Amino acid sequence: MSNTKKTYWKGLPQLKNDAAFVKHADKEFVDLAVQEDPGHSRRDFLKMMGFSVAAASLAACEAPIRKAIPYVNKPMDADAGIPNYYASTYMNGGDYCSIVVKVRDGRPIKIDGNSLSKVTLGGTSAQVEASVLSLYDNYRLRGPRVKGEASDWENVDKEIIAKLNEITAKGGQIRIVSNTILSPSTKAALEKFKAKYPTTKVVQYDPVSTYGLVKANQESLGAAIIPSYDFSKAKVIVSIGADFLGNWISPIEFTKQFAKTREINEEHRDMSRLYSFESNLSLTGANADYRSMIKPSQEGAVVTQLYNLLSGSGGKSEIANLAKAAEDMKASQGASLVVSGSNDKNIQIVVNAINNLLGNYGSTILPNATVNFRQGNDEEMNAFIAEAKEGKLDGVIFYNCNPVYDHPNGDVLGGALKNISLSVSTSTTPDETASVSAYMAPDHHYLESWNDAEPKVNSFSLSQPAITPLFKTRQAPESFLIWSGETATEYFSFVQEYWRSRFFAAQNTITDFQSFWDKCLYDGVYELASESKAITFTGNVEAALSALTSVKAAGEFELVIYESLGVGNGSHANNPLLQELPDPITKATWDHYVTISAKDAAAKGIDNDAEGKTQLIDLTANGKTIRVAALVQPGQAPGTLGVAIGYGRTNVGTVGKGIGANAYPLVSALGESLSFRVTSGVTLAKTEVAFQVAQTQIHQTYMGRHSVIQESVLSEFKKDAAAGRENPMVTDWDKKVDASTLSLWKGHEYNNHHWGMAIDLNTCTGCGSCVVACNVENNVALVGKQEVINRREMHWLRIDRYYSSDADPEDYKAAEIASENPEVVFQPMMCQHCNNAPCETVCPVAATTHSTEGLNMMTYNRCIGTRYCANNCPYKVRRFNWFKYHDNQQFYQSNPAMNTDLGRMVLNPDVTVRSRGVMEKCSFCVQRIQNGKLTAKRERRPVQDGEVVTACQAACASGAILFGDMNNTESKISKLLKIDHYIDVTKDGKTEKVFNYGIDKKIGNPRAYRVLEDIGVKPNIFYLTKIRNKDKAKENA
Amino acid sequence: MQATSSIRETLITGGKTVRDVSEDICRQVEGKPSRLWWIAFSISLVLLMFGVYCLATVLWEGIGMWGLNKTVGWAWDITNFVWWVGIGHAGTLISAILLLFRQKWRMSINRAAEAMTIFAVICAATFPLVHMGRLWLGLYWVLPLPNTWGSLWANFNSPLLWDVFAITTYFTVSLVFWYIGLIPDFAVIRDRATRMGNTTRATIYNALSFGWDGAAKTWMRYESVALILAGLSTPLVLSVHTIVSFDFATSIVPGWHTTIFPPYFVAGAIFSGFAMVLTLLIVTRKVFKLEDYITIYHIELMNIVIIITGSIVGIAYITEFFVAWYGQVPAEYYAFYNRATGPYWWAYWSMMTCNVISPQLFWFKKLRTNIVATFILSIIVNIGMWFERFVIIVTSIHRDYLPSSWSMFYPTMYDVGEYILTFGFFFTAFFLFAKFFPVINMAEVKSIIKSSSEKKH
Repeated sequence: MSNTKKTYWKGLPQLKNDAAFVKHADKEFVDLAVQEDPGHSRRDFLKMMGFSVAAASLAACEAPIRKAIPYVNKPMDADAGIPNYYASTYMNGGDYCSIVVKVRDGRPIKIDGNSLSKVTLGGTSAQVEASVLSLYDNYRLRGPRVKGEASDWENVDKEIIAKLNEITAKGGQIRIVSNTILSPSTKAALEKFKAKYPTTKVVQYDPVSTYGLVKANQESLGAAIIPSYDFSKAKVIVSIGADFLGNWISPIEFTKQFAKTREINEEHRDMSRLYSFESNLSLTGANADYRSMIKPSQEGAVVTQLYNLLSGSGGKSEIANLAKAAEDMKASQGASLVVSGSNDKNIQIVVNAINNLLGNYGSTILPNATVNFRQGNDEEMNAFIAEAKEGKLDGVIFYNCNPVYDHPNGDVLGGALKNISLSVSTSTTPDETASVSAYMAPDHHYLESWNDAEPKVNSFSLSQPAITPLFKTRQAPESFLIWSGETATEYFSFVQEYWRSRFFAAQNTITDFQSFWDKCLYDGVYELASESKAITFTGNVEAALSALTSVKAAGEFELVIYESLGVGNGSHANNPLLQELPDPITKATWDHYVTISAKDAAAKGIDNDAEGKTQLIDLTANGKTIRVAALVQPGQAPGTLGVAIGYGRTNVGTVGKGIGANAYPLVSALGESLSFRVTSGVTLAKTEVAFQVAQTQIHQTYMGRHSVIQESVLSEFKKDAAAGRENPMVTDWDKKVDASTLSLWKGHEYNNHHWGMAIDLNTCTGCGSCVVACNVENNVALVGKQEVINRREMHWLRIDRYYSSDADPEDYKAAEIASENPEVVFQPMMCQHCNNAPCETVCPVAATTHSTEGLNMMTYNRCIGTRYCANNCPYKVRRFNWFKYHDNQQFYQSNPAMNTDLGRMVLNPDVTVRSRGVMEKCSFCVQRIQNGKLTAKRERRPVQDGEVVTACQAACASGAILFGDMNNTESKISKLLKIDHYIDVTKDGKTEKVFNYGIDKKIGNPRAYRVLEDIGVKPNIFYLTKIRNKDKAKENA
Repeated sequence: MQATSSIRETLITGGKTVRDVSEDICRQVEGKPSRLWWIAFSISLVLLMFGVYCLATVLWEGIGMWGLNKTVGWAWDITNFVWWVGIGHAGTLISAILLLFRQKWRMSINRAAEAMTIFAVICAATFPLVHMGRLWLGLYWVLPLPNTWGSLWANFNSPLLWDVFAITTYFTVSLVFWYIGLIPDFAVIRDRATRMGNTTRATIYNALSFGWDGAAKTWMRYESVALILAGLSTPLVLSVHTIVSFDFATSIVPGWHTTIFPPYFVAGAIFSGFAMVLTLLIVTRKVFKLEDYITIYHIELMNIVIIITGSIVGIAYITEFFVAWYGQVPAEYYAFYNRATGPYWWAYWSMMTCNVISPQLFWFKKLRTNIVATFILSIIVNIGMWFERFVIIVTSIHRDYLPSSWSMFYPTMYDVGEYILTFGFFFTAFFLFAKFFPVINMAEVKSIIKSSSEKKH
């Protein structure tokens, strides 16, 4: 049969019985000559796949474990869930604040002011409040570095000491460069260093220099000092470009003092009057009663004319309000104050002369109580840079400063550092200066440090660590001690020793040192009795005056360079709390811009619409050009421009990267000092590059709505304490009645507490520290620039800033336009905790409800996110979680506190981090209320007034915010609002007084009003009318 | 029994017999779909898919994908919701109210109108669902279900909760009413399929018709149920949009807080619903060659309803302005001033042009009996009604009490995407309906063949 079977050949090789074919005949596939990657066979692939699947499924089964290890031996005073408070000191260069740090489970999470301090008087600023987040900054150095490579301290110390010895041996020059050093112990440590290396010189400078003032004082008072100012004693204040409420020398202290003079009530119908002469609309200008727009070049004219008017040497004044200011000051001799923010020595001499004429020395200016906030010496700094450039230096150590970025000649210095054999930076981050230094020897964050400070002569304070150092950093003074070859190098002991020898020895009330030390540490501050020595004005006014008249301005524009209230001098650029803090005036976040008047913008063809859409411009000054956005600013003097320093950082973390341009190079020289006013050679060229500035408020005026802002002037207030108040009337059947008397609501009975708040529009300066405090306390998400442009910032508390308009309020279109030089009013706005809350009725799932103590509460767990409550909120204070802001890479840049392991340490464990899709809002810091109530309950007593303080209230340096129990007849809020707690109830023909637990408390303070009283929602927040110290009210507001 | 007014025009043209009716209406159910149907259906499906993508992104990332902000918490979502609910009104109005008023001209159009209602209500319902930040919880927390959290229940004060009840009731009743009407017609298709020997179709339509036997008793029950449901639906036509309007009217927002809203919303709903019915029927009668059943007379009658409701809406707009001026409440006065002259003036004037001016053209008989003019105007009316809701919602809240919070709203692709989603769904569903269900109520039309039909020549 086989012969009949057909045979099919696989191919010619089979037919030929080819040897190669026979060899592989049993193989299905012919081996290819080239084997693909023989390392991995099919079996390997299957093995790998099997392993991967098994591994992946095993990994998926296991939930990530985050270990929390309990104490074996619990330290005393460390109780889980119970915060501890430590007095400490905030120092950032010459910026100072005595603080109390809240430490929860070993982590500092909140900073409050220390009310024991005689310097900052319990106040804080936005930067101080935000600085707690800088502790957890991912950009901080983890340890020392040599030429950019990670190293260890032993190695770094060895190399540095060797180099220092080498330099000293050959007689080379060493410089230690620093911002103002407030710490006497640090200075002592530097002395030790200098003793060891005698060619060392310490150069102090300030990014925002006040050297002109120091020079002027040297010449006219005989001492190179900055005196203390006491604004609280001043009835008339004239500020010539000094933003003393914002950033001038000691703003926290000045805000405290100034606010005191603005407190006003029925019994005390008087207040200070503030004149402001400035180019930019500053915070101080915004709070001024009379504000005049001047060009920087006119500052000389202002002081000259003021001097002439006061000294009786006649002359006229061309500048608005100047003659009036002179008259007012003449009437308040010894209770007036003139301050100038100029760095022109001659201007400051004339200012001193004016203050001397008015007898202000000894009353509002205290030259004996010298302040140490600005010890910088521009001449020495310039000399240092020149030396560095010329290669005369062999070693330089940067302590607590970043001159490559924040000095006008920083680029020169940066270039010169390469040629200096030893360059060390102790910066906490690899910043612009550190990254061009050979060694990075990172300092601790101030919250990890022991330190002391002498902010004013004879006022001292201590810093204590609130956490063990997070990284392998070392405190810079300790580094100095080690490098000087000291045997006792621990800085803590060094500080203690310093205090023992200097203070403990000099007192005799406490006998043992430990008690003395503990007391100082507990209080955080220590005061010595101040000695007084007479200081007399000996300045040469004539010379100064004649020097001033010779100053001439040239060019189209003049430029004022100012310090932003958020990022400050740039050291806070990586702090998102401050980047997202709206500028008090422009309400811009995350952005850098040049402010320009509407008139100039129109002339230059710059189109800046209400939504912040604008164009970039090229700004040239001091021969340098930067490209930033133009922002039209009401109140900007025509012909002037304003630009902030602190932006354009290049070596900064992800938060601050790529924001704006560095404006320090625009700072020019004026005599011996730096000048932040550029009066000639300033040009502006518009580009066609579109840009949008992210502003949180895009409508500028209050449209004449007196239900929102109620204001008046002092002359009216003196006649009638209810001046400016407008009680809305509504029509009943037959007559007009007070809006608050009609209601469809049943109201509430609050039988225990009735929480309420009073906000004084007169003392609020609009600084924004409450906003940051609220963010930190309540874990408020930071959303970044794009989301702010989308109008979705999450701030629970905002400060509404309204400009006045020249238009008739009935003319709606015109009323939207702010005046050229507007009056400004700030209104902190948060959940008003309405008694008849419109949000509560519309929530379909009862996620927002009313408490028995008058709070409007949010139950996040219950919220399904219909946003109906936000729509129905007349105050628009409800904030929706549009995205997941935590654990979301999209918000890594703007919100590290919720997206990095390090950042998360700052979160307040008492407050839930809200999830996507839920609504949130101000809770009146309900966690603090609960805490206060629980403490009282545990101690079996009623909650005392002042025991519960909201975060915003605590942060408010001017004391404009007051929170308390309105059912407590003795509480401050009851007293301030003059609440009548009793109502007459007639029963069986007998009338008796009954305690009123209801929502309609009789408010006796004629200044108190509720915003939008006419809609009957009856908030628990009362505002006190804004009273300007003016003779006459502006016609249209 | 029923007398027909002699002056009425005949409702069915072309001298149709009862058999013709069955033939004409069943043709597209029994035949293969046309190329045109496939094209239209595919486009709808593509729109639907795009919408699903947008929706999925919003659900995954968050509501922030839309253009809403801290001031404007609702915009396209609720605009679309109200718009679709409005459209969903015509069906029930035609079926129920016109049934009670014995308006026989409704018979040719009620089936399609009801189907449209159901699909529109489904489209509408998607928006309150997906606009929630946490849909997965909202789905059941708004329902008053017993739970283990003690007294925690839905908030009966909230108009949104009223919406939940209003919409679900309306949807249920409409669906049942529509389906009851379909039963005898399904039976016709079944019987024809049995005769043609198509057992699959016969089985399916038998199930759909619940084994309808056509007995006199069954017919009697059928008519009773129809009448009862008509009676139930009638108040719903008025109540649903009244309750939807409460979302705004009971609020405190100037421009929302307006007592005129209930009647104004109902009129607007009927207005837009009729316009949508016209848009759909003009296409359907052309594509399925039903000109003899949906005649120019039908279209003219519907256009008259549009003039009336359009005028009511116009008067409501003017009344609002008058009251805002007369009331002299500053915030409300400004809200209306801002509506007409503010940044959204274009939306306001689009609304006025489309809703108030354009329907007045139907006073001309030539126009209201012209198919093309009617078709164009019906679309314009619905554009206008969309703008009406947008104007009410967005222009009121974007500038309310505190000028500091005033802001603008700009839609994103995802806002538009969700709107497209509903269009995709609506047309997909409508094309499926048109293919598989009888688009005209055969049973009812047959009942008027004798009394109101052209005699065969």
